Amino acid sequence: MSVSPEQVRHIAKLARIAMSNAELERLVPELNNILGWVEQLAEVDTGGVEPLTAVIDQKLRLRADAITDGDCREAILANAPDAEHGFFAVPKVIE
Amino acid sequence: MSELTSKTIAELRDGFRSGDFTAREIAETYNAAVAAAKTLNAYTVETPEDALAAAQAADEARGNGDPGALAGIPLGIKDLFATRGVDSTAGSNILKGFKPTYESTVTANLRKAGAGMLGKLNMDEFAMGSSNETSAYGPVLSPWRRKGSNVGLTPGGSSGGSAAAVAADIAPGVTGTDTGGSIRQPAAFVGICGIKPTYGRCSRWGVVAFASSLDQAGPMAKTVRDCAILLEAMAGFDPKDSTSLDLPVPQWEANLSSNLNGKRVGIPKEYRIDGVPAEINALWDQGIEWLKDAGATPVEISLPHTKYALPTYYIIAPAEASSNLARYDGVRYGMRAAVEGGLDDMYGATRAGGFGAEVKRRIMIGTYVLSAGFYDAYFTKAQKVRALIKQDFRNAFQQCDVILTPTAPSAAFGIGETTDPLAMYLNDVFAVPASLAGLPAMSVPGGLDGQGLPLGLHLIGNELDEQMVLNAGLAIEERAGFTARPEKWW
Repeated sequence: MSVSPEQVRHIAKLARIAMSNAELERLVPELNNILGWVEQLAEVDTGGVEPLTAVIDQKLRLRADAITDGDCREAILANAPDAEHGFFAVPKVIE
Repeated sequence: MSELTSKTIAELRDGFRSGDFTAREIAETYNAAVAAAKTLNAYTVETPEDALAAAQAADEARGNGDPGALAGIPLGIKDLFATRGVDSTAGSNILKGFKPTYESTVTANLRKAGAGMLGKLNMDEFAMGSSNETSAYGPVLSPWRRKGSNVGLTPGGSSGGSAAAVAADIAPGVTGTDTGGSIRQPAAFVGICGIKPTYGRCSRWGVVAFASSLDQAGPMAKTVRDCAILLEAMAGFDPKDSTSLDLPVPQWEANLSSNLNGKRVGIPKEYRIDGVPAEINALWDQGIEWLKDAGATPVEISLPHTKYALPTYYIIAPAEASSNLARYDGVRYGMRAAVEGGLDDMYGATRAGGFGAEVKRRIMIGTYVLSAGFYDAYFTKAQKVRALIKQDFRNAFQQCDVILTPTAPSAAFGIGETTDPLAMYLNDVFAVPASLAGLPAMSVPGGLDGQGLPLGLHLIGNELDEQMVLNAGLAIEERAGFTARPEKWW
């Protein structure tokens, strides 16, 4: 499988990374080179193999359903590029 | 007191406890050494006042007879760890100015043990790289140079600043992180020790996420013993990390022993690969002899899926990274691009301007392999091959107690010498399989190559058996007698 410039444009859109045409064109052969290399995995017979989900066997813990954190709005907003009235502020989304 | 910087952590700890010198003297000496080594670009932020405050507390605690395990020891901290009130940027422009309001569990554990912080250490952006060249702060220079050459060499990556700091005596020990070799390859490049513990030993809470199923913190230091001391302080169960192992922390230092009688050392035949310099294979053979001398018996083992480990890694790690890095949206922390338009334009411009080329490349690969129609062909397939790689190791550890290989397929290379992404990825060919299997693994210096550069030997242990890895590392350290130091030019 190889990717076309159109596909790369679509991936960049999904990844929310703005890219110039020149950048997209540079990426096409780079990505194809890497994807061509990972394709060797097709040689491996994985019939009947369960995909690995936990590298060290363990059960996902459940914690007590209790409040352990909170009341720290200032700390959460401290690094926001823009915060107003105790909220994160973003560019206008509704006209 | 400049000889203080050539001491190991064990020597500093013991000398401080017996009153040969104060914690303040240690901190002041190191603060001065850090300030005098800016040429190396190892630190992104210096925090001398933090080191001094911890030293003062340590000196007071000693007066009261109750110093912590790391009292009096100042450490360098990789910039991937969140440190309260101190820039924590993962080597990226997108986190420029980010000052966490919280402390990572690992650094909090180190502080609880009495350690101070000398500063934050440079690294490849988001730990994606093997040469420290992808950092937004520019590359770190290795203190090592080739014989008769002034060419700037990389200290490896992604924990490049960490490695350079220990090798240049501007930190007695440091934290690193290892996703696919980022502790071990740089440790090998600069002639120091570094261990990645079993996945889950060290909490990932407060460590900037790259590939969460692989990321593990670990120490880097001058000696095997120092690594044991630091790892004991860093490790431990943390309810805030869902994959943290709920197990007591072993007494790795107290149980160090280089007597390997009755132990079997696995030598995987698939690690004899083309294109590796003869000197590296010769060191590997020498390592086998050293372990035999320590009482161990070498056995040939097979890890049949070894050649598929790197391509598997370069599907799984970018896939997880593309998900993890979705959080950098210019809303909650980090930079926001000033751009006309709506929310989507802001996201696109922020991420375009904030991420470097290698990070973008990996986000793009990760997004692609997770996208509709390709998920099974790439991601699910890779997770199946990963299961086979894990099974290879399970089978191997039926026949042996520890595995010995070279750490990296080359010595350190020059800055700018490796430009092809795929060639760069091959640096981790020996390191990545243990990462995919979540196993503890360590690099220990073995000797110098013909150019006068350090080469490392790599030990892989079974799940939770850091002790075996450390003990075999100690056996090599005692026999290698690696005392070479870089000549000071910076």
